[in-house]
Amino acid sequence: MAERHHHPRPKPGPVALALRVAVIAYLFLLVAWPLFLVVQNALASGLGPISDLLADPDVRHALRLTAVAAAVSVAISTVFGVGMSVLLVRYDFPGKRILNALVDLPLSVSPVVVGLALVLVYGGRDGWLGPALEDAGVQVIFATPGIILATTFVVLPLVIREVVPVLEEVGIEQEQAATSLGASAWQTFRRITLPSIRWAVLYGVVLSLARALGEFGAVKVVSGNVLGRTRTAPLVVEEKYLNFDRDGAYATALLLVLVSVAAIVAVSLIRNDRETT
Amino acid sequence: MALATVDQATGDRPAPRRRTGFAGQLQAGSGLGLGIAVLWFSLLVLLPLAAVVVTASEGGWSAFWAAVTTEQTAAAIRLTVGTAAVVTAVNAVVGPAIAWVLVRDEFRGKRLLELLIDIPFALPTVVAGLVLLSLYGVDSPVAIEVANTRGAVVLAYLFVTLPFVVRTVQPVLEELDPEVEEAAASLGASRVTTFRRIVLPALIPAIAAGGALSFARGVSEYGSLVLLSGNLPFRTEVTSVRILSSIENDNLPAAAAIATVLLAISLAVIVILDVIQRRAVRRG
Repeated sequence: MAERHHHPRPKPGPVALALRVAVIAYLFLLVAWPLFLVVQNALASGLGPISDLLADPDVRHALRLTAVAAAVSVAISTVFGVGMSVLLVRYDFPGKRILNALVDLPLSVSPVVVGLALVLVYGGRDGWLGPALEDAGVQVIFATPGIILATTFVVLPLVIREVVPVLEEVGIEQEQAATSLGASAWQTFRRITLPSIRWAVLYGVVLSLARALGEFGAVKVVSGNVLGRTRTAPLVVEEKYLNFDRDGAYATALLLVLVSVAAIVAVSLIRNDRETT
Repeated sequence: MALATVDQATGDRPAPRRRTGFAGQLQAGSGLGLGIAVLWFSLLVLLPLAAVVVTASEGGWSAFWAAVTTEQTAAAIRLTVGTAAVVTAVNAVVGPAIAWVLVRDEFRGKRLLELLIDIPFALPTVVAGLVLLSLYGVDSPVAIEVANTRGAVVLAYLFVTLPFVVRTVQPVLEELDPEVEEAAASLGASRVTTFRRIVLPALIPAIAAGGALSFARGVSEYGSLVLLSGNLPFRTEVTSVRILSSIENDNLPAAAAIATVLLAISLAVIVILDVIQRRAVRRG
């Protein structure tokens, strides 16, 4: 990321060198070493615990549920996020400033509060809308739809935060040109707007996916954490650790670590690739 | 086009947040889109959050106050807000230092540091707790054992809030022209003066914005503490954990009351962010 403003500095001064060492030490102690130890612990007794884990039907169910909920949530929040970004950047309407501030709200709401909020509205017993939905045959809380809602809530701002700055930067000349040449709004969006924001959308999707696969607090509240039904992979980590199945906990954690590190590496590669071309 | 050029002129300086520019009026199609988007956003976010506040207020002010001022809850709120403030102060110093190294320093393996910064953002929080436990738990290889102490709360908050200040300061520092600093130095300014008069003023809005995000994230943190802090009442129990135990005891009004306190803090942070950024954009 920094390469753009690269100024050759052959020998760093003593202050710069001290700062470099301090920063590396801080990040090593806070992130790198602990992360390495988890991988080491997970692989300490070979690949046995991982294959045991993958053979457990409940764990497999949890992994599948996590993947499905994450995929659906990310799909929803991508469509919503792109639409909302275009509306916020390209159009004027009353209440826009408030909406602009509110879309960031999920980032600073505690996951437990997210779960509580959804239970209060969609809870089957005495939620605001829950009983009516249950009469219509839809159970939200303690079921998959609740897990999807909670995950979508949490990842909602991520695509918007990536797409909005890019939309602002590309400007509207090309879109106006397309419109003046007779393109419909949909054609303009698909041919002009979408290609210009595709990388931003991709970063947003990858980050959302990483967050969605790992969402813990909100899912814990809305899912009921029922083994083999609504328990997701992050909940498996907690349950196994608390039940003294350390190998299982570390093995599950390793799978989740691999996915999130892969996501971060992917985003970084895309970013660098794009900046050098 | 005049609008667009004005916007680009101010756009030279990266405002950390969205500005409004060259906006058009809603057509039938976009109006419908806005309607659907707002409806979905309301059903998913606004209505549930409103339900929290309404449920908290149903018992009246005295019930609300009683719920949030029980000794155990008050202790949890104090611990959460106090620790988040300390961690934000640390981030306000460490974050710009990391950003400076990433932008101005050159050495092998710097790309790896870039990756490390983002990992806390993508790592599942419960796994983050397990990760920290493996170095700072029982039998810590570095003989720093913080599990089940207040140190665990500090450590967990430092981990999950790591990216915020770094990532808001970094783009500003990239845009800052080193020639201005060199000019100041050639005019006889000392390093400290150059930093204080040239670099720091440019970074303050970004540090404040990142600090606000890191404070909000710290206050709302839950997952990374589950395995790490032991959740001991009066010692290491944070506000999110209090809310969860109220939910598990089927005392939703109390849970909603404590949640409202957290929501008020989040909202205050968003307002502060907005004010800081408006000020920064105006100055730019």
